[in-house]
Parts: sequence; structure tokens; C-alpha cells
Amino acid sequence: MTEGSVVGSFVVPVHPHTVLAPDQNEGWQRLRDAFDTAAQTIKELDADLLVIYSTTWPSIIGHQIQSDPNPEWVMVDHDFHDLGSIEYSFNIDQDFAHAWDDANRKRGLQSRCVNYKGFPIDVGSVVALTLLNPDNAIPAVIVSSNMYANRSETTVLAKSCLDVIKAQGRRAVAITAMSLSNRMFTDFIKPEEDKIHSLKDDEWNLKILEFLKQGRLEDVGQLSRTIQRQIRVQKVVAFKPMWWLSAMNGNRNDLTGQVLAYEPIHGAGGAVVSIDPTPSGAGDKEYDEDDIEYFHGERGVLDTVDEIDEGGEEAPAVEQASSGPGLWEPTEAEGSVNTDAAPKPVGAYPHARKVGNMLFLSGVGPRQPGTNAIPGGPIHDENGEPLDYDIEAQTHAVVNNVKRIVEEAGASMDQVVDVTTFLVDMKRDFKGYNDVWAQTLGKIGPTRTTLAIDALPTPIAVEMKVIVHLGE
Amino acid sequence: MVKGKIVAGCIAPHPPHLVYAENPPQNEPVAEGGWEQLRWGYERLRASLADIEYDAIVVLSPHWQTYIGTHFLGLPHFEGLSVDPIFPNLFRYHYDLNIDVELAKAIHDEAASAGLPVKMMENPDFRVDYGTITTGHLFNPEWDKPMVVLSSNRSTAYYSVEVMQEIMIELGRVTRRAIEASGKRVVVLASNSLSHRHFTTESEVPEDMSKEHITSHAMHLWDMRIIDYMRTGQAQRILDEMPEFTEQAIAESDGGGLSWLLSTLDVPDYPAILHGYGTIIGTGNAVVEWPCHAHEEADA
Repeated sequence: MTEGSVVGSFVVPVHPHTVLAPDQNEGWQRLRDAFDTAAQTIKELDADLLVIYSTTWPSIIGHQIQSDPNPEWVMVDHDFHDLGSIEYSFNIDQDFAHAWDDANRKRGLQSRCVNYKGFPIDVGSVVALTLLNPDNAIPAVIVSSNMYANRSETTVLAKSCLDVIKAQGRRAVAITAMSLSNRMFTDFIKPEEDKIHSLKDDEWNLKILEFLKQGRLEDVGQLSRTIQRQIRVQKVVAFKPMWWLSAMNGNRNDLTGQVLAYEPIHGAGGAVVSIDPTPSGAGDKEYDEDDIEYFHGERGVLDTVDEIDEGGEEAPAVEQASSGPGLWEPTEAEGSVNTDAAPKPVGAYPHARKVGNMLFLSGVGPRQPGTNAIPGGPIHDENGEPLDYDIEAQTHAVVNNVKRIVEEAGASMDQVVDVTTFLVDMKRDFKGYNDVWAQTLGKIGPTRTTLAIDALPTPIAVEMKVIVHLGE
Repeated sequence: MVKGKIVAGCIAPHPPHLVYAENPPQNEPVAEGGWEQLRWGYERLRASLADIEYDAIVVLSPHWQTYIGTHFLGLPHFEGLSVDPIFPNLFRYHYDLNIDVELAKAIHDEAASAGLPVKMMENPDFRVDYGTITTGHLFNPEWDKPMVVLSSNRSTAYYSVEVMQEIMIELGRVTRRAIEASGKRVVVLASNSLSHRHFTTESEVPEDMSKEHITSHAMHLWDMRIIDYMRTGQAQRILDEMPEFTEQAIAESDGGGLSWLLSTLDVPDYPAILHGYGTIIGTGNAVVEWPCHAHEEADA
């Protein structure tokens, strides 16, 4: 099966005017025409899945994914009820919804599917699916916007979605149902009086659209908090749909964007934007927020908190990791080699120590410096429940960490002479580990011993003990 | 015509967990109980008003959120299924309620005369929000009184707590004037929690009370401070401290219900009755009654 991918993305407005009253305002009609163009583009992309992240479906308990295969009801907007009602009957991909829910939990997210008759599908999703998928030919999936979610949680939400798209070989279209500036007029207006609420909102909207037109989606994502402060009412925290959409596109800035329409809807900025994954060569990131693979946010609020022994004056500084043992500053001693480019130790020891012309490394795992994240995922959650993980990704990360320490000592990887590897699950992991070894250290040729052990101090599957000959 | 009057004003919070825990026939999910302190608080509130005659219930719910003015349910009858979009596992309620359209229109018109943006909601397909239904059920499970339902204008989000409060105090004044002009006896309900920081996880059994507590000590301190003002007849201090309370306790007073209620009651300087306090997924909730009828009788 061919690996799936996101074959296109769209930003679409949420208010019901484009469905119920396009004829009442020329701008609303242009938005409606743009929706129709987008629907045609989606058909031509031969997409087999629509994934909607909707800002008008807030959630509190993690993210919720619609999994009713055929939700049907009549939607009436809370503000614009006088425009009329929208009857809906949608085609939801229940299998994908469940697979995404599973993938979310594997990446540390709180998540659940909802499948209840009469569930009120939100206005943004109703408008998007009604206009982008009018004949219900393409199955869809809808995810909520968690009101407390930050960038890392929202980014991981997209990555888990990508996991399933790839695994199922889908041709997916990612859609964010959202306004740009979301400040509406606070009084009733006639359709012909509609305009963007303020010049400032309009200027910011145009700035966002300029970025999107250049394919600089990640830049917009990284401007999210600024945009929120400048032109957004606090319906949701931050301009988070752009975090999600950027992660769905690999956090890239070289996409191909096209603004199909930009118009006011009762003062808010409504735009239909098409984003093609084809590289446009527009440029690199201007900002560089941390990437994240797994969510390690605070989730233990329901549990009893144990008293922490604060220690005496002589106790070494220990930083609490998001999970697992505390992190220590590397020990400084004669000949010790330490670097910020390697993960912090979980005890009082250095990253490496020189003795004569030999360099001895402490055991090195895959944890990432700074974030402490584990590429390939942890092997179990905070409750000890096993998780699926990628041994190849973990092994690559170990080798990279070894390389950083060796280079900090002024040596190079071709001087590695002996490696002892510890695996927590020899039967499961030896092949993946061995493949990565062959691609990396195996090309250098150090001696090697591989041992199976019960556990390592952090939830990792592989650790290496390395000896380097520094030369005469 | 006899002058209308407000016989009681109440804070009547709407977490769907309370309806879920009571297992009424209208709600589909089944619970083992839970949140008894608040549910028994509602029982005490109902008992307190059992012998008081009134014609209608006026409620402002923060879950009918409108960004353009204040809206009023404007048809005489609504029925249907309300599924909470946030806790659909707990609340799937078959509702059937009547509206006092005459009183709703009277408040609407009075507000319009005062320059407030208002609109009657007359679309028969409209689904009544779960906040209104939860408060409606817990206050009056027989559903034998007509209601007036006001939306929550989100002016806190658009402007500030101060601007919200200015609007809500005016809305409260016109609500009171319209009730008095109607000749009706009315109970007024603000359907909101106090501190409002939720847990973002849910225990396997949602009604597992061993997992329930206030989200943080700071939230508890704020809740107790506000309740103390209520119990000691210092409503004005609540209004004075509303910006700090709303911001620091992430309070659901951002929806304007509490400010509107206190204004509708003419900022009472007599003690309120605390019928119950408890937390629901970390948020602070109080069932509180200002017994206007007793106060007016005492003054007479």
C-alpha cells in the first residue's frame, strides 16, 4: 500500500451566511463561489478523506472526534438564527475516527470519540461539509478545538492524525474552519453595511493572507500568539488552528498557497484559502519554535499528589522531568566532558570522562536535550501501561546523542572502538536496532556487545555504553 | 394592574453532571450518583421556594452565547433532544419547555428602549442550550412554570469585564422594570459557576467523587470570598471586585449572569442563603438564594 499523505489544505470561514444568505451581500457570494471552487479542487485531487479542525467545537476533556457514521440534525446558529436552518446529514469515516483516537493516546494526548444521536455538529463544520462536500462523496472526520490546548498539544494532535493517514494510505484534505480576525460588530447591521470590523483587523488579515499566499504556513503558526493578541476575541486561546494545519503540512514554509476569497462576515475576516503541498521555494522558517512528537503535558490532576522531599542545602540541583526520574546537571570532575547538546543525566555523573587517550561515555539513551522528548515514543505511559514505540527512531536518536558527546570531546565517530548496547525487549527490537546499527556505527566497525535487560531508568528501549580511542 | 415583583433571585449553576447524577427519565446516560452536596443544595433551594407563588422563571445562561447583543427565546414552546457538545457522555436530555413570550418580549422591548442591542429568537428549529435546560431541570424538575431565556452576550471577550458589567447592570435594570410592569411574580436565575477552571481529564467513572476537588487553592479562596459577600449582604462588593474575580478565578461571571442578577435584584444589601457549594471537575459551584419575598415582607 502506498503511504498516505495530505494532498491539499483549506482555510474556510465558519459563519452560516455562505450557505443561507450568499445572495444578500456580494462579498458573501464571493466567499460562496470560493467554497465552490475549493469543492471542485478537492474533487480533482481525488481525495478520499476530509479532516476538519473546527474552532466552533470547543472541548474541555482533551480532544473529541466525531465518530457517528451518519450524524443528522438541523443546525441553527446561536447568533444568526434569523438567517434560517441548515439540515445536515454527513458521511463520517468511523474507522478513521477510532484510529485517530488510538493514535492520539499513543502520543500522550487525552482523546475520545463521540457517537451520539443528536450530537450538535458545530456551525463551522456544518458549513464546511455542506459546501465542500455537497454530495457527501468523500468521508470526513471532525475534531474539536480544546480550549486549554497549547501549541505542543495541538501540534501532536496533527501528528497523530498524520500517523493514521500514512498508515491507511489515505489521500487526505486538511481543513480548518475558522475566521481570521474574529471580531464581529456587536450590533445588528444590514447586509450591505458589512465590512471588516476595523482597519487594524483588515491589515492583519492581509498580512496573514500574504504569508499564506507565499506558502509560509509555519510562519503563520509561529505568529499565532501575536495574531491572537492583535485581532482575536478570546473565544479560543491563541490562533491554534494554524498550529494544527501547519503540523498537518510538516511545519513547512515552502507550500503553494492561493487566496480564493477574503471578505467580511458581520465584521469578522472570512477567507477561503487553498494550500497545495507542492514546494514553492518560498523560503525557510523565520522562527524556530521547538518541534514536538509526544505530548507530556500535565495530566495527573485527578491523582493524589505526593509530598516532594525538598532536600537540604547540600542536595544537588535536580530538575523534575515531565515523567520519570529527575534530571541532574552533569558532574564536573577532572577529565569530564559535558555538553548542552546531550540529554541531562538522571543521576550524578558526567556525559563522558577522558582518561589518557581514552574517552568513556556514560550510558546514552535517545532522550532529546532540552525537551527530554523520546523520538519514537516512550515504551510506557506514566501509569506503566505499555505504549507502541519505534525502536529505529530511538536507536537513531541514541547514535546522534553519542555523536554530540564524542564531538564535544574533540573526537569523531570513526574513533569509537567499543559499544555495549542494552535493549529492554530483545525479541521485539533487535532487528530494528540492528538495521540502524548497520547504517551508522556498523559502517565504522567498533566491537559490539548487545544485552537484554529488564528496564532502564526512563521509558526508553535502548541505551549504549561507548568507548572512544582518542588517538596517540 | 398589580405591580409585578421578583420573589427570589438565585445562582443556579448548570454543570450537566448534576442532571446526570440524578438519573431523571429525560436523560439517557445512567449514573451511580455523585455531587450530592450540590444536588442536595438544589433540593434545599426548591424547598425554600415551595410555598412561594410565582408565574415565571427568568434565566440567563452562559451557554447560549451571542456576540451581537442579547437574544430572547421568542416562541411559546420548545422541545427536542439536547446533547452537550462537551460532555455528551453525561447529558443527552429530552426537553420540553414553555416560554412566557409576553414577558420575554416585554424585557426585550424595555432593553431596546434603553439602547441595548436585542433580538427575539423565533426560529422553531433552534435547540435550547444545555445550560438553560440543566438549570431549568434542577430548579424546577416538573417544568410546570414558563421560562424567559436570555442569551449571554460575550462582551467580556470583546471588551472587558468592566464593559460587560456596564451592559449587564443596564440589562438588569430593564429586566426589573419590565417584570414590575408586567404584574407578574417572577424568580430570576443566573445559571453560572463561580471559579471555572476545569480539569482536562475525566476519571474512568465520571461520578467518582474521590477524584473531585477544587482546581487550586486560589480558586477556593476566591469562591469563599464571593460567597461570604453574598452571605453578609455585600452584593455591591461583588460588583466592585468582579473584574479581579473574573480574571483571577477564570470565573463564569464572564458571561454576565451574576452582574445581571445582582442588578436585577437592585444590588441587595440583605444576606443571601447558601444552599450548597461543591466542585465539579474542578470548578466551584454554589446554589444561592436571595429571598426577596421575605425581605420585602420584612420591610412592609
